[in-house]
This record gives sequence, C-alpha cells and structure tokens, in this order.
Amino acid sequence: MHHVIIGAGPAGVIAAETLRKYDKKSAITLIGDEPEPPYSRMAIPYLLMQNIEEQGTYLRKGNDHYRRLAIDLCHDRVIGLDTAQKQVHLQNDKTLNYDKLLIATGSHPVTPPIPGITLPGVNHCWTLADARQIAAKIKPGSKVVLMGAGFIGCIILEALVKRGAELTVVEQGDRMVPRMMNEKAGNLIKRWCIDKGIRVLTSTRVEAVESGQASRLSIKLAGQTTLAADLLVSATGVQPNIAFLKNTDIKTEQGILIDRHMQTSVADIYAAGDVAQGLDFSSGENTVQAIQPTAAEHAQIAAKNMLGLPGARFQGAVNMNVLDTLGLISSSFGLWMGADSGDQAERYDPENFKYLNLQFADDVLVGATTIGFTQHVGVLRGLIQNKMHLRDWKPRLQQDPSRVMDAWLATHQVLA
Amino acid sequence: MQKSLHLDAYKCTGCLQCEMACSYEKEGAFNPAKSRIKVFTFHDLGRFSPYTCTQCAEAWCLHACPVEAITTNVATGAKEVNETLCVGCKVCTISCPFGTINYNTETHKVDKCDLCGGDPACAKACPTEAIVYIDAEQTGYDKMQKYAQLNLTQGE
Repeated sequence: MHHVIIGAGPAGVIAAETLRKYDKKSAITLIGDEPEPPYSRMAIPYLLMQNIEEQGTYLRKGNDHYRRLAIDLCHDRVIGLDTAQKQVHLQNDKTLNYDKLLIATGSHPVTPPIPGITLPGVNHCWTLADARQIAAKIKPGSKVVLMGAGFIGCIILEALVKRGAELTVVEQGDRMVPRMMNEKAGNLIKRWCIDKGIRVLTSTRVEAVESGQASRLSIKLAGQTTLAADLLVSATGVQPNIAFLKNTDIKTEQGILIDRHMQTSVADIYAAGDVAQGLDFSSGENTVQAIQPTAAEHAQIAAKNMLGLPGARFQGAVNMNVLDTLGLISSSFGLWMGADSGDQAERYDPENFKYLNLQFADDVLVGATTIGFTQHVGVLRGLIQNKMHLRDWKPRLQQDPSRVMDAWLATHQVLA
Repeated sequence: MQKSLHLDAYKCTGCLQCEMACSYEKEGAFNPAKSRIKVFTFHDLGRFSPYTCTQCAEAWCLHACPVEAITTNVATGAKEVNETLCVGCKVCTISCPFGTINYNTETHKVDKCDLCGGDPACAKACPTEAIVYIDAEQTGYDKMQKYAQLNLTQGE
C-alpha cells in the first residue's frame, strides 16, 4: 500500500504521522514544494519579530523525525494528477503511483488585480522566502504600507512595526478584520492601532502601485491620495491551491469538496486543511475555513479513513480565530455575527479596550467575540461545540457575559 | 499507575490555598491571578468549584499547536508546554474546549497545569481534600472527559 500526501503543511504532516501511527507497514510519501523542512506559516510573525529562528517555525523539531517514522519527505511540485491511473506527476519528470491520495496543498495569497502589483517593492507575507525578503527590505524608519487588515494582515502587523516600519494600513472594509469581528470589535482594534501610532485607513482601496521618485513606490488610493512607500505588503486574502486539479473529475467550488470522511468526489482521494471545503459546525454548510485547528482535525480524520478505520466521521469544525494586534488580544468563534432570530449578551468597555459578545440560538451558545481577554477563552468553543442548553445560565450570562466559565462548570455537572 | 487530580466541589471551602500554592510553585509569587488552578465561586449556591486542566486524552491543545511545543509527559500523562518552543500564537487557547490553557501576557507564552511533574502543589496545599492526586481510574475527571468526548470527537 502506498499513501501519497500532497502538501507538507500542518495537515499533510499530521496526516502522515496519523497514518504511521496506525499502519506500520505501508509506504508514505509526503510531497512539499518548498525547500525548507515542513514549517508553520503561523510562526512567521514571530520569526519576523526575531523571537525565534527559522528552525523555530518547523512543525517538527527532530532532525530525523520523518526518517524515523519512515515518511518519505519529497521536495517536489505536483503538476498533474491522473485519477484513472492513480498517478501523481511531479515537476522533475517523476511519476508516483498511489493507492490512497491525500490532497493537502493549502492555499496561496491572492494577488489583487491592481496595476503595478507585481513591482519589486510589493511582497506577500506567506512563505519563509517572503519573510526573508520582507526582513531584508524593512529598515528602521522604512515606510511600509500593509494592504489588507484581515486575519493575516493583523497577525503580521506587529512584526512589521517591531522591525521599525513606519506603518500605514489600508483596508477596503469599514473596520479591521471585517470577516472575523463585528463593527464594534473591528473598530476597537482599529482605535487601538491608531493609539499605538499606526495610520489606519479603512473603507479605502489601493487603486494602483507605481515606481516612486523619492521613495521606491507611489501608492495611489481611490480618491486621488498618494502614499509614498518603500514596501507594500499585500495581504488581501488566500485561495485554495486547486489549479492542478483542473483536468480531473475532483469536484471543487471554492476549495475541494469533501464528505464527512474527508473523501473527495473521487474514490481513494481525500482532502484536508486549507484546500478542503468541509463541514462547518455552525452553518452546516461546506466552507473553506483555512485555520490551524481545522487542518489538524481534518488530517487525523482523513488518515483514519484512508486506512479504513471505523468511527472516523467528521462532526464539523467550529470556525475560530485568535489575534494579537500590537498586544491587544481578540478572538472570535462560530456564528460571531449572530444567528437568525437569536439573541445576544454584550459587554462593551471601549475605554479599557475590552469587549465580550455572546450569541445565542434559543439557550445554546452559537458564537462569541472577545477583546482583551486571555483567561479561559477556549471554553467558548466548548460551550458552542457541546451545544449545551444553558437554561437559567443564559439570563445570568446576559447579565454578566464574563461568567462563561461558571456557566460551563454549572452545565457540565461539575458542581453536581 | 497513572494518577490524576480529583477535584471535589462539595469539599471546597473557597480558601484559595491551591491558587496560592500553584502560583508560588509555577511563578514564584503568591498571586492567585497567576495560578493555573482556579476556584470559581457560585455565591447563589454557596459553592466553590476548583478547576484546572484534565490532561484529556484528546489533547486539543497539543494537536492544535503548530510548532510541537506541547507534548505528553509519559510518566505523568500531563500535557506540558515547552516554553522555548512556544511562539505565543495562542491557537491552543481557543482550541481547548475546557478553557484551561491560557496566554500569559508577561511571558508571551501559554500556561497550563503540568501536574508539577507528578507532585501537584495544589493537592498538597488543600486542607479539605477537595483536591487530591489519586489513581486516575477513581477520579471524577473521567466524567468530565466523557462529556467532552461525547460531543466533541469525531466518533459516531
């Protein structure tokens, strides 16, 4: 039996390890198209902040980790897939036969259709190679424009500032992290950044990028304003890596459609992680979540199903994110925007940069947003995913939403 | 034989000795705010509930960690954070459905109960046996773990 995994990010690596945990004999090939050992993009901000070395981003620390598990780590790029012959075609003319295939190719940053976006002063911040370029380009006092204040923009924001950038953030939406935070929360984060000396332009679009006179770039904003910049960091979102599936019968929408066993529309082919469009716990629809915990869950379930182990059926992942924006910590879970005909509990303390919002459907917690909280935040996930009826704890939470931990203890009979 | 912490809300008087002992053991300061075990107060019920990590078998925190900073101590079963490897990304803090791994804004790393390497300070400090460190099979933690597994795992 030969298991082939395309993509050596967290989903690919965890799947390979899970396969090996339950199957000591089969051959496992893990294909990654970047030159480094498998690493975590999540760790790149901390590399840019110089908190860690490149090795600190590696998913696994042992030098012989993959060899020890007899996982054949192959640095190559998949250029085609023949689902009839069960073959994967690699860039170096090699062809691999597979019995079971996992597609965990992740995503790539979107290049927005803006004139001048390919100029040398424009960078994504996605790979280790990108991080090295950014590190080389930012000197203390460099004028840097960050295009996009979504999740990725916000997690790299602090690193850009710590490297000495004089930063301007340009975001199309009317607030920061508009797809993760409501208006109050997104604007609280915006004000925090402005208070820290960052220029934040929301409801603003970059129209064109040109080579500048005094500085490297001249960035034209809609409405005729122009920003001078040494570097433009483009962080306007990511898209699943599915282009290589074009001539196959694997069904895709935004990402690769998977069932609750992580199988694609083609037998013996599975998908996991950022490339997969799988069940969302809250909406009941198939979505691309592109978050680390979901990738880890997908990978374990996919591997078990590739081995035909019983009971590995996906219950859907709660979409969730945690952000640290210049020291202001925020998180959102599930239906943070609220459910149809649901109601909410809210505590808004803008002076102290604190915000807590709970969303209910009937007496079940279905979503939450926090700003300025670091203790017991995970219990929000527990309450959402366990669908626990809060009963008399709902009015209590509406009075004081900070008592979520108490509500968990009371409803889980720890007190009984 | 693996041991685990058994927490009994009935026996807890809310004296917070456990929080003092934990913060002193782990942070070198008598400061309940830094304790990894917390006592929750239910005024209306006149009850107190000590609560910390169950060292659960699912180990949501461990699986969510992108840089292998959380591992299982094979002797104690505790899920332990390697502070050198932790980058402070906080993904574990939203992944743990029990809310028992938390970000420390001073160290920029995450903190959780590690059973003090097999000799938990909270249990030693508890004057009423509301916190005891005993054979894992006897503990009510099983109950909590079952609640978690019931609904959260991918099993049928």
